[in-house]
Amino acid sequence: MSDALKFEAKGLSRVFGHGKKATTAVRDVTFEIKDKEIISLVGQSGCGKTVLAKMLLRLETPTSGELLFNGKPIAAAGDPRNHWRQVQAVFQDPFSCFNQFFTIRSQLKSSFRLFETKPSDKEMEDRVDQALLNVNIKPKEVEGKYPFELSGGQMQRMLLARIFILKPQVLIADEPTSMVDACSRASILDYLMKLKQELSMTIVFVTHDIGLAYYVSDSLYIMHQGEIVERGTPDDVTQRPKSDVTKQLLDDIPDVHREWIKRDAPKPPDPPTPV
Amino acid sequence: MSDHVLEVDDLRVHYVTRFGAKIQAVDGVTFKLKQGEILGIAGESGCGKTTLVAGCMGLYIPPLYLSSGDVRIDGQTILGKTPEQNRKEVLGQKIAMIPQGALNSLNPTRKIKDMATDMILSHDEGADKKSISDRLSERFSRIGLDAKSVLNSYPVELPAGIKQRCVIGISTLLNPKVVVADEPTSALDVSTQKSVIRLLFELMEQEIISSMLFITHELPLLRHVSSSIAVMYAGQFVEYGTTEQVIFDGRQPYSRALMGSMLSAEAGQKGKKPIALEGAPPKLDRVIPGCRFAERCPIVQPDCATTAQEIRIVGERQVRCKYADTDLIQKVGGQL
Repeated sequence: MSDALKFEAKGLSRVFGHGKKATTAVRDVTFEIKDKEIISLVGQSGCGKTVLAKMLLRLETPTSGELLFNGKPIAAAGDPRNHWRQVQAVFQDPFSCFNQFFTIRSQLKSSFRLFETKPSDKEMEDRVDQALLNVNIKPKEVEGKYPFELSGGQMQRMLLARIFILKPQVLIADEPTSMVDACSRASILDYLMKLKQELSMTIVFVTHDIGLAYYVSDSLYIMHQGEIVERGTPDDVTQRPKSDVTKQLLDDIPDVHREWIKRDAPKPPDPPTPV
Repeated sequence: MSDHVLEVDDLRVHYVTRFGAKIQAVDGVTFKLKQGEILGIAGESGCGKTTLVAGCMGLYIPPLYLSSGDVRIDGQTILGKTPEQNRKEVLGQKIAMIPQGALNSLNPTRKIKDMATDMILSHDEGADKKSISDRLSERFSRIGLDAKSVLNSYPVELPAGIKQRCVIGISTLLNPKVVVADEPTSALDVSTQKSVIRLLFELMEQEIISSMLFITHELPLLRHVSSSIAVMYAGQFVEYGTTEQVIFDGRQPYSRALMGSMLSAEAGQKGKKPIALEGAPPKLDRVIPGCRFAERCPIVQPDCATTAQEIRIVGERQVRCKYADTDLIQKVGGQL
């Protein structure tokens, strides 16, 4: 078995419901994720990208098809915790990922429970501090704070701090930037790059914004209605798109240099007058 | 009578926390909106965009209070009314809002028809059933919906795109003078976002709505939507000019950084480092002596933290930066 492949999927499908009401969320998908690679799953809402990500996380079971992790079937590990030690996730809404009734620090500390052997208390504290520094937050800033006391951008960084503590082999980032504003978005992407470079992590980046995907990833997968309709290097996919879905996605990004919606040009307003 | 639909005059709005602290969330905002103009307001979370909207709509419900200033629609002030009067006389007719989470703002236990009828009845108690239902089907067909089936549906029965149209349809039912769109697209994917913007333009072409305040944190989106842009930071406008001026020739470090934080899928952009602004906007519960952006400014000068910046005219737009007309400003951001 080649050691270069992290995930391998063959004819993977997931169907919800049965009979007449059956909905196929992911249909006959085949792909490979290489070690130390950032891949992006791009598609509109409802195209099945989150379901696919959840299957990689073992939160959903495939209806049919085969999913190999490190060359072994994903269910072979037995206890899902064994899987989660190696595959972790960052989700869209950081507030729903933390418990409102406990301090952030205690929740970061409790992530050590996933390890088979818990380090000493002193070591845990040190590693939490270190992880916070990794995401540019002074440990003092969050001392004794609860999730609702921080902003969305800060909370998203707390989720990333957790990844710095757990150091999994694979990180699944499901729309990590869609709830934060433009300035924090750039810094979240920076941390993803840092995770890849410093901890040589494999990252699966799920997004609807092909511009972001182009920026971070080594290869792009475009999904539509449960199927992967196009794949390739970011340059190939964005510069020479083959499928209509990709063209549509590229076209829908409001870019400053291109006409986006046809419309009679509005009259330019007079420059504002002094106060 | 002036030719401006909406005039906001040195508006100051504050919150009072339960510990008695006063947070000056909007601090001296002045702008005028012409008939048919779309003004985009950009800024990061917590900079006071949504509070400004509440202030412009006269929604002073504690803990939000008006400190000073005036808001006039068609030359008449809308302030100084009780919430009930305000709801009856101003909201919906003069100024209406398209909410942020448009998909979650419909009551799941009521039909679209009932919610729309409420909207009309609350402003015109005498209207009879027949005329209301005619009015609704006429309006809903005009915005491209199958009026009969949509009006008789519950929100859960409708797909997201249709629900969005319904929300916009109900908000604009009374032909408001000014429509405030508060991040109408921030929770949507890029394709749905485009269809929402298209719908708003359609409504403008049909003259259902005329002037709009468009709130967002995405500057590139405003390039296509608005004719002028105001960039907001810590409760104040830091730059206010036409779209071309702000996007392509920003003169304030914050608006330039906001522009530079955008990524696009163009050739040669890969590996280009977007600007990440670290830190958060200052807390507004105290008086800030100097420039409010000084703490995070990439080109901060020694005197920035001590001298307050007034808004002034530089290159035909309003800017709040001491160095707006120097070469220093060009160092910020890989301006496009």
